[in-house]
Amino acid sequence: MLRWILGGREAQGTVESAALFIGEEQPKNCFTEMQVLKGHFDIVRFLVQIDDLRFASAGDDGLVLIWNVETGECLFVLRGHTQQITAMTSYTFIRGGTAHTALITASSDRTLSLWDPDSGNRVQNISDLQSSVKCLLVLAHLDVWLSGGNELCVWNRDLELRCKMVHHSDAGISAMVELPKNFIAAAMDKEIVIFKLNLSGSDIAVMAMRHLADHQDTIRSLIHINDRLFASGSHIGELIIWDSVDWTIQAYEHILWEEPARDSQSEFKLNHQKQIERSIQHMSSDGEYIVAAVGSGLYVYNVLMKSVVAYRRTAHDSNILHTMLQRDSLMSCSEDGSVRMWELQDLPLPAEPASSGFFGMFGTFGRSSKQTGPPAKKIPEVPGLRSLELIGDLIGHSGAVQMFLSFKEKGLVTCSTDQLLIVWKDGELQSQLRSLAVFQKLEENQGL
Amino acid sequence: MIGSPDVVAFTKEDDFGDSFSDPFSLPEEFSVPLFAHAANANPWTKTSYAKFSKDFILISEFSEQVGPQPLLTIPNDPKVCGTFDLNYFSLRIMSVDYQASFVGHPPGSNYPRLNFVEDSKVVLGDSKEGAFAYVHHLTLYDLEARGFVRPFCMAYISADERKIMHQFQELSSEFSKASEFLKSGNRKAFANELEKKLKDLEYTRSVLHKEAELQKMNNGCYSTQAIEKANELANMEKSIYEHKDLLRQITSYPSRKKKDVHFVQRETEKLADTSVLDDTPNSNPSEIADKTVETENDIRKSSYTPQLIKGKSAKCFDKRLKTMEELCDASFFHQTLEQLNIIEKSFRGDLCFIYTSQIDRALVGKQKVTSFLFEAEREWENEVPLKNFSISSNNPTVPILNLTGEPLSLESYTSCIDIDHMKPGVESIEGPPESSLSDITQETSEAADTETKGSFSSDKSIEAFGGVSPSSLQANYFDGLERKSKVSIASPSESASSSVAVPQRMTDGNLVLMDAACCIGQEGFVFEEPLPELAQECCGDTVVNREPLSLLQGDPALQMDYILEESALAESPNMGLTFSELNTGVLSEEVAKINIEDVSDSTSFMSASTSSDRAVSPFTYGSALTLKQKKKAGHNALRFIRQYPFAQQAIFCLLSGRTLVILGVDEGTVRKLVNALLFFVPNLGKYGETVQPWLSSPFQLIDLQRWKLIGLQRAASPAGSSILHSLNRYSRYISILDCDSKTLRCPPYKGTLISRLADHRTQIKRGSTYFLHVQGMLTQLTARAFLYTFCHHIHLPMDINDQGSVTSRRTNFLLQLGYTVEESKIVQYLSELIKQHYMQGSSKGGNQSFCFNYTTSYLYKI
Repeated sequence: MLRWILGGREAQGTVESAALFIGEEQPKNCFTEMQVLKGHFDIVRFLVQIDDLRFASAGDDGLVLIWNVETGECLFVLRGHTQQITAMTSYTFIRGGTAHTALITASSDRTLSLWDPDSGNRVQNISDLQSSVKCLLVLAHLDVWLSGGNELCVWNRDLELRCKMVHHSDAGISAMVELPKNFIAAAMDKEIVIFKLNLSGSDIAVMAMRHLADHQDTIRSLIHINDRLFASGSHIGELIIWDSVDWTIQAYEHILWEEPARDSQSEFKLNHQKQIERSIQHMSSDGEYIVAAVGSGLYVYNVLMKSVVAYRRTAHDSNILHTMLQRDSLMSCSEDGSVRMWELQDLPLPAEPASSGFFGMFGTFGRSSKQTGPPAKKIPEVPGLRSLELIGDLIGHSGAVQMFLSFKEKGLVTCSTDQLLIVWKDGELQSQLRSLAVFQKLEENQGL
Repeated sequence: MIGSPDVVAFTKEDDFGDSFSDPFSLPEEFSVPLFAHAANANPWTKTSYAKFSKDFILISEFSEQVGPQPLLTIPNDPKVCGTFDLNYFSLRIMSVDYQASFVGHPPGSNYPRLNFVEDSKVVLGDSKEGAFAYVHHLTLYDLEARGFVRPFCMAYISADERKIMHQFQELSSEFSKASEFLKSGNRKAFANELEKKLKDLEYTRSVLHKEAELQKMNNGCYSTQAIEKANELANMEKSIYEHKDLLRQITSYPSRKKKDVHFVQRETEKLADTSVLDDTPNSNPSEIADKTVETENDIRKSSYTPQLIKGKSAKCFDKRLKTMEELCDASFFHQTLEQLNIIEKSFRGDLCFIYTSQIDRALVGKQKVTSFLFEAEREWENEVPLKNFSISSNNPTVPILNLTGEPLSLESYTSCIDIDHMKPGVESIEGPPESSLSDITQETSEAADTETKGSFSSDKSIEAFGGVSPSSLQANYFDGLERKSKVSIASPSESASSSVAVPQRMTDGNLVLMDAACCIGQEGFVFEEPLPELAQECCGDTVVNREPLSLLQGDPALQMDYILEESALAESPNMGLTFSELNTGVLSEEVAKINIEDVSDSTSFMSASTSSDRAVSPFTYGSALTLKQKKKAGHNALRFIRQYPFAQQAIFCLLSGRTLVILGVDEGTVRKLVNALLFFVPNLGKYGETVQPWLSSPFQLIDLQRWKLIGLQRAASPAGSSILHSLNRYSRYISILDCDSKTLRCPPYKGTLISRLADHRTQIKRGSTYFLHVQGMLTQLTARAFLYTFCHHIHLPMDINDQGSVTSRRTNFLLQLGYTVEESKIVQYLSELIKQHYMQGSSKGGNQSFCFNYTTSYLYKI
């Protein structure tokens, strides 16, 4: 029976994809209406929310499109970049007492552009960059923003360069997070570099403070958890929780999704594949939990308890590209073209407290069958372990779903390799809204 | 003693009478007058002894050489008139011309004056011939004719007197259109003729002038020859002046119609139209130049070489009179003929039938909110104007005001500058809003003349019964008759004086007396006729009705044509009757089917429908989907529901908005199935946009949004496998009907609604009958969806905390309508469509969202 708990789950894992087929009956899936938005001519990679109604999409065609999520109308097509967009962010600032939102985009053509989404105009453009920008970070309280690539630049809201720092590393900065006290953590290949922004009057200087070289492989994702913690995930499945203030390791997890080794030949063959599979492609957090996309699996970690909450080794048929965590439910999208919705449910284990021998047995079984790697351990805290149940999936895209963006009750936007965007909506809610609109029109027209 | 019915009648006017109204009675405008001969069991039997088999249009002329003569009939088929004596009837109809036509020298004027006479419209009956006619008189201008006018008349001849009487207004407005085309064309041609004549005259004058100079040189100023020449020259001058004046008069015509916006539009379109038309065949530019600078020199440029003409015109009987076609500009003449053909088609059939279809149209016109769901698109609403002006539609329209400055269409409207000073006194009288079909004759200046001529077009006593309803018409009817009989006796005799006598007229002198009773002046029906709504609606031109009378004897081919072309609403009971029951007895289904298919292609007058593949293809993508095609589909549908036990499930999918994919190897089979299910698709669209009959490439997500019924090719090629992949991927959004293995994969449906709609043991035998049955049920469904959409209390919360109860009210509402959970989905889907349609209008623009449900599908087998 105990075997069942883990082994069973493991066994289940091998046939998980079959078990994951949720079928057509999805009572908990409220997305019963979709709207396909066409406009891009290549892979759409980025979605950025501008306000409650609008969002921008960008991709490899170099176009930035601004959409209205309610009507599905394309408000503006922002043209200017000649090559694919590499990063995009929105930037809200107060000017003249009102909040404005600008859109910053970076492209492989080594330009940075500042757009006004209300008029569709390119407000500013910087074209003399030495390398393309890979990531952007807005520091709202300083009213500056940073671009990271082979060089780290600090810009003000009018796209004036305030400070620049060139690195000698080949890799460049792939991700940045903001830390307290004007510190910045930037992921550069296997290292996390802590920078400090020195503000003396109007001058800003950037200084590298420390190099954290605890990852064994390239860092794939770097996220902010809460004011005290941030997390990084590497290509070989290392998940490290850092303290934001003193940059010490708070937790270290090495996630290994591997098959119980039965056939040595096949193991060898699978070896390469395994390496890819456990890469932490994406992480998201709600301050208490982290969800990490590890290969095609999902891994939920409680940072306060420092324990695994739930996991699914094969949550998708292919690599997961984006995740989102909301209270007890989470969403993931993958290269297999689907978006899946999950719910954290308590395991139905009435006999659980009684099994005293569980840990030991788990240890032996688990170690022998699973853990071959050295220090890294993934020992789930079994009492807190919950299951990740599939409650619905969204099928529409014919290519990898790159990203999604939630507008809460207004819907969910997904973008994909198939050049489409899809807005998924709650059909019932939309129907009600349409009824209200109809009655409003009736009133205006004084009847039919 | 006063009987109770009388009392009710008297109190009708009061409030008391108004307080009660039967909630189930139809509104006044939608009631069909009961068939008069209640005792007669078969309303289609011939009650009159007409010598013609069906209604036709006759065009006659009162020729100044030979008297009344028939010119042509529409349809132009000798069989139509049978033994009917067209010559005699021409005499009859021409003898009741009450037009105030007078051309010549009015007192106080030295020059001939053209009168722009309004057409006169009368009803005439001839019990001997069993013919009743709506007669529309008009005059065309001809420079060579006596007084420059040629009286013509168009008559709609029917055996059914009531039809003529009841449809008077519709006939009048339709014939006015035809007449307007004809007259516009004639004005153009007349102006053209005048131009040429003027050139001739001016040329002659110049020649004479030279001769006179020569005479003076040779013989001195006072020789007889010189004086003669001078006189001749003076005559020529006068003649030129007169012709110029005529030209000015004719070209000033359009300004008269300025107030009538509708007309102006037509006129401008026509102008644009004709000017473009003229561009191609003629040497137009030169003529235009010729127009603008009218000098002797320019004549050389013109394609027309002036001829020397004699001072005296030829004798009346020597010359050949122009034919009607020559009198009118070619394009206008063809438009006229087209309009007449339309009239003939739209007034085919029994009165009752016409009524029903008019009511149908009126009703559907009122249901714009929902009619898009299942009703056939009404081509006549949009296409008729397009049809008439198909050439002009893609040319820029020229505003009428331009006429004053630029020479647009050379012939007629060049010198329009003098619009204002041209207007005789008559125009000011016409001040009150004048519609194109109004029949205000020029009563003022020619009043005396009209009286003497025996016309009573301004007869006030007849005008008196303008506001009378048809029911009470009978009383006044005879009253007015006596008055008119006098007149109509007078007029034939008068006309006889100037024409060749027609022998028949002598023999039935007393008949004239009797029949003249049926002559009713147009004024009798001036626009207060209490059928205003229908009058507006009935202008449908492409509606094709054929007299059911002829149905029984006519060949089946024509019957089918009639039935299928007819575009009236489906649930009209009459139609169902004529359609199915009449034919089933005679023809086996197979034979009938062959007829439909063969005949529709040969006799159809709609090019769109002829293009369809006759065997299986229901329609070609891109061409308008006609009701005819939908009815054809009824046959396939009937076969489908008999053959497939899961037909109900398939229909349920379509009605609830779930895309149905019909998968098969054989294109014919797939197309046939698509065709069979065609009319179950809500919001099918005018061109069947929501249906894709045959697709051989894998479909995209966006296609599911667009198409609700897809025929898909199953192929073994790599493309085929990717098709299957897409089917598998989107399986939750679609239902798949596999033609080859005869299976259907779709959500379950167990209800009574669709079992009534598609009962595989149905007794209905004919496809078209089944189509009507389905239409009826769908209409009911639509009505409920309408109710569901527009009931406040099931969508709006009473207060802020009421959200939950709204949902329960909605569920209860659907339950009360008798719908199961599954059937509620249908109503909800239709309701969503109605909402979208209502908010966005008929335009399907924008980005539609696509709704679906997460439900389990089952596999149904045969």
